[in-house]
Amino acid sequence: MSAIHVTTKINGDVVDYVCEADETLLDVLRNRLGLTGAKEGCSTGDCGACSVTIDGRLTCSCLVLGVEAEGCEIDTIEGMADGEALHPLQRKFLEHAALQCGICTPGILVAAKALLDTNPEPTETEVRFGLAGNLCRCTGYDKIVRAVMDAAQEMRRA
Amino acid sequence: MPLDSTPQDKRAFKVVGTRPLRPDGIDKVTGRAKFGADATAPGMLVGRILRSPHAHARIKKIDTAKAERLPGVKAIVTRADFPDHTNGDAALFDILYNIMAREKALYEGHAVAAVAAVDAHTAREALKLIKVDYEVLPHVTDVDEAMKPNAPVLHNTILTDGVEPKPRKPSNIVRRYEFGHGDVEAGFRRADIVVERTFKTEATHQGYIEPHACLANVGPDGQGELWVCTQGHFMVRDTCARLLGMDISKLRVTASEIGGGFGGKTTVFIEPVALALSRKANRPVKVVMSRDEVFKASGPTASTSIDVKIGVTKDGRITAADATLRYQGGAFAGSPVEFGAMSAFACYDLENVRAIGYDVVTNRPKQAAYRAPGAPMAAFAVESVIEELAHKVGMAGIDFRIKNAAHEGTKSSYGPTYGPIGLLPTLERAKQHPHFKAPLGPNQGRGMACGFWFNFGGQTCVSLNVNSDGTVALSVGTPDIGGSRASMCLMAAEELGIPYDKVRAIVADTSSLGYNDVTDGSRVTFATGMATIHAARDATRKLCARAAQIWGIPEEAVTWEKGHARPAGPNAGNFPPMSLAEVAAQAGATGGPIAGHYEYSADGAGVSFATHICDAEVDPETGATRIVRYTVLQDAGKAVHPSYVEGQFQGGAVQGIGWALNEEYIYGKDGRLQNAGFLDYRIPVCSDLPMIDTVILEIPNPGHPYGVRGVGETSIVPPLAAIANAVSAAAGVRLTSLPMSPPRILAALEQQNAKRIAAE
Amino acid sequence: MKEAAALLAKEKGSAFVLAGGTDLLVRLRTGFIEPDLLVDIKRIAATRSIQVTPGGFRIGAAVTGAELGEHAKLKKAWPGVVESANLIGSKQVQGRCTMVGNLCNASPAADSVPALVAAGAKVVIVGPKGKRTVPVEQVPVAPGRTSLKKGEIIESILLPKRLSRSGDAYLRFIPRTEMDIAVVGVAASVTLDAKGVCIDARVALGAVAPTVLLVPDAAKALIGTRMDDKALDALAAACSAACRPIDDKRGTREFRIKVAGVLARRAAQIARKRAGGR
Repeated sequence: MSAIHVTTKINGDVVDYVCEADETLLDVLRNRLGLTGAKEGCSTGDCGACSVTIDGRLTCSCLVLGVEAEGCEIDTIEGMADGEALHPLQRKFLEHAALQCGICTPGILVAAKALLDTNPEPTETEVRFGLAGNLCRCTGYDKIVRAVMDAAQEMRRA
Repeated sequence: MPLDSTPQDKRAFKVVGTRPLRPDGIDKVTGRAKFGADATAPGMLVGRILRSPHAHARIKKIDTAKAERLPGVKAIVTRADFPDHTNGDAALFDILYNIMAREKALYEGHAVAAVAAVDAHTAREALKLIKVDYEVLPHVTDVDEAMKPNAPVLHNTILTDGVEPKPRKPSNIVRRYEFGHGDVEAGFRRADIVVERTFKTEATHQGYIEPHACLANVGPDGQGELWVCTQGHFMVRDTCARLLGMDISKLRVTASEIGGGFGGKTTVFIEPVALALSRKANRPVKVVMSRDEVFKASGPTASTSIDVKIGVTKDGRITAADATLRYQGGAFAGSPVEFGAMSAFACYDLENVRAIGYDVVTNRPKQAAYRAPGAPMAAFAVESVIEELAHKVGMAGIDFRIKNAAHEGTKSSYGPTYGPIGLLPTLERAKQHPHFKAPLGPNQGRGMACGFWFNFGGQTCVSLNVNSDGTVALSVGTPDIGGSRASMCLMAAEELGIPYDKVRAIVADTSSLGYNDVTDGSRVTFATGMATIHAARDATRKLCARAAQIWGIPEEAVTWEKGHARPAGPNAGNFPPMSLAEVAAQAGATGGPIAGHYEYSADGAGVSFATHICDAEVDPETGATRIVRYTVLQDAGKAVHPSYVEGQFQGGAVQGIGWALNEEYIYGKDGRLQNAGFLDYRIPVCSDLPMIDTVILEIPNPGHPYGVRGVGETSIVPPLAAIANAVSAAAGVRLTSLPMSPPRILAALEQQNAKRIAAE
Repeated sequence: MKEAAALLAKEKGSAFVLAGGTDLLVRLRTGFIEPDLLVDIKRIAATRSIQVTPGGFRIGAAVTGAELGEHAKLKKAWPGVVESANLIGSKQVQGRCTMVGNLCNASPAADSVPALVAAGAKVVIVGPKGKRTVPVEQVPVAPGRTSLKKGEIIESILLPKRLSRSGDAYLRFIPRTEMDIAVVGVAASVTLDAKGVCIDARVALGAVAPTVLLVPDAAKALIGTRMDDKALDALAAACSAACRPIDDKRGTREFRIKVAGVLARRAAQIARKRAGGR
């Protein structure tokens, strides 16, 4: 197999990489670009730990080939904070103790941001279904849901 | 040995009990935290493991020649590369056999060979080129089947322990345990009502989201390093060194951030294999399990078969309780049946009690601990019968439990007599909780159950260094699996009298600190916390001595109070108090660095109890169950960081909900696991659940200076029964098998309808 | 599209079409398939649009579940089809998965297929011998197998124009609330007359046979009735009778047979309501 050249924008920066045709975007991010914030929990799209957005759409990066990202804009957890300022979701996750081990946290934050981008005032049920693709085994989701609702409220006020 | 015999229950805490942000928080919300699979090394190879497709097979020959010739393959290891260094240590030999199959493959997924190659693609191709000649043998995966006289036998070395006379014929029954006191038969004769039931529970997996991962680097001089996600890096170091014949001092193990464990990362699987590959290739080797491998080849918990018999008088007093528990723990000895038998009746004040346990082997992966190992299944069986009995004597379940609950002075079913315990307070609080009186909707029912866990102490070592600016560096040796660094900082700050954010805790590697047992048994906040307190006290003694030196007064004339060294009384002299920062600034001139240390085997872990209330709604046409409300009430002794205590209560409850309703290992007739992925091994998703309400009770543990008890495990013990009782209340059918999946509930409902029609 | 089909036709080894990739990548990753050729059709403009045509709707093969859910007109006309597609996987999967992929995967448990069959949808197939149009139910022939020939690609799905007083619905049974494969799926599409009498119906079942089933007896149970309890009982019985399920890790035979009837009744009631029935 020969490597393929790909040009993308990741977290606002133009990024060029080469990858094999059968390599997933998750592998590219983690192994070629050093962006290890997206995690591999299952590699079958069932856990959401590898969540990123591609052109604004929430996606499991394990279900996308690296070559498919040509010309796309990808956003990952590494681009979520604005310089020193954490995103309100990141802050609320800390304040609410919405993480224990933290392995699912990057994926959940990316998914929660995607949810609030399209629905700034979600009900608890909408938050729960919006995050159903992100498994968390530590928290029982209670504090996660509270943190997302609280962040949404703060973002609406801002 | 309790280090402080007087618990400081009336003590007013300054920082303990507050809810500061965790020190590792920013790293974890920005994606910077480094977990097991996130490490790299120059020249790193990819390690992959070949696994048995058969549940039980003799390995006649392994031919690696073709794979070795594949360009890019740098090392291959098989059983031949793991000579037996275990010197008759049977438990260690089992680990050796588990990490790489020897004469037989004992379960589907058992490691047979491993490859290190330049990339994942080459490693995968190389595995296909390894030829293994198997002789497939009959297999057994069910615990009751495995105990039958004609069952296929896994090990011809297992002669059941704990029975007289000791059998001469090998079987799958490793050992019989018995706990209890009184005369059970006499107790049943005094009973007015006796209920006897048999229960079965399927095996479940801890389901941590982070697969096992490690990066090994061993040189030809025998010196090595290992980066690994584990609950105990000292355990990993000692176990790997012994398995591979290395000196313990030559292997330095660093614990990565850990993406969940729940007991499943308290042993080794891939670590010795990665080290062996690295040693052979003389290159760093990273091994990361796939999710499929995690399900097939890590350590799920036991499946069980349990008989429970309990007798009561008409007025609701238990006269006798008896249980026989059969747990299969996979292909090797060590199912958690001992804990199951010990804990089964631990919630009750019983005159006559007996619990018999059988540890059984089957052709399944070797079990590892899973949160309160062995206890949830036993509680499911016992608490289901307790609820049924309560109804039979015409009492509410909660009143029946209050009447029979264990309390201070009760001789426990497993031996010791309880000190101050929190069971009755959780029950009484539950009775007053708004949840208990809330109205129920159609097809809804309310259930409850109690649970118990021992909690553990264990070997612990802590180092606390006072820096020149008055900040403190705390080194602990127990991996932080859910916020323990925050708790340690809180306790150090409390003891030193300095702000929380002046203490920075790290998990030190194995070369930087003395030995620490694994993060398990709900021991860290208790044992590492107590060591931290004593290390801080050690430091304050030294700080006082330095102040005494500065002031020119005797050491004993200085005390540490509110973060300052102070003259002990008016006679000691009139010196203005010196803060920790002021004393620390002069450390160089007064004798050098100031540090506190503590190392011990922690004793005095306080047992903990919980009561759970659950409302379930059952769709009578499909058998689907939804949990609509859930409340956890648990004794924490002292909640050091209440947010993370609540988190433990909630997380345990939800794992229990998954276990009760949907999670199970499903084996085909071929002995192969059919649902080795998160699609069909169904752990609860966010939309399945309600909020999980929590009530923290604080009945101080006399064995800890602040009264701390472990909190992590008890919360998974009551849910299985609480949900079974709620389903029974909602649908009118009592399920005695877990999981209570929709097909099972619907079948029970149909059976009940058929009976009703037949009766009419 | 023709070029893509030609590429597939020419390849001597194993060749696959990549659209959303949510099934394909799982099979690739687990080593279940080792393709020599993958043809990504997402960049072909025709595959990415939903067009309102005189005949109804033309949905491109690479239109994602999320895009279907965002198309107000389609959602209004065929709510059952859209909800079935929106049930596939998580929000993450919705951003990628396609109905054509769901169909070509040929799983008997595919969520969108019963709804498409109940809707009377057709697919446009492009191949070496030109275009052909076939009803959706003729595409899957067995679990994992379709009637597509080498070099053939489904270009789009055609949904008929919606008559007034019509409604459709899809319900599935899963043990959790999300993220599961259907244990049973039922789609119903009905048309009522001004008096509320059902004048047309199509009912399809998923996960109860080797392929998705169109159940004419179930439709017969509804047509000519006001979809009252008696008719719904007959519908449930017809659906249960049509099931030819297996016992597997997701459910038992008995469970599937019973629940097919239960869901058929519920789905028909929703479809009736959407058609403006009482």
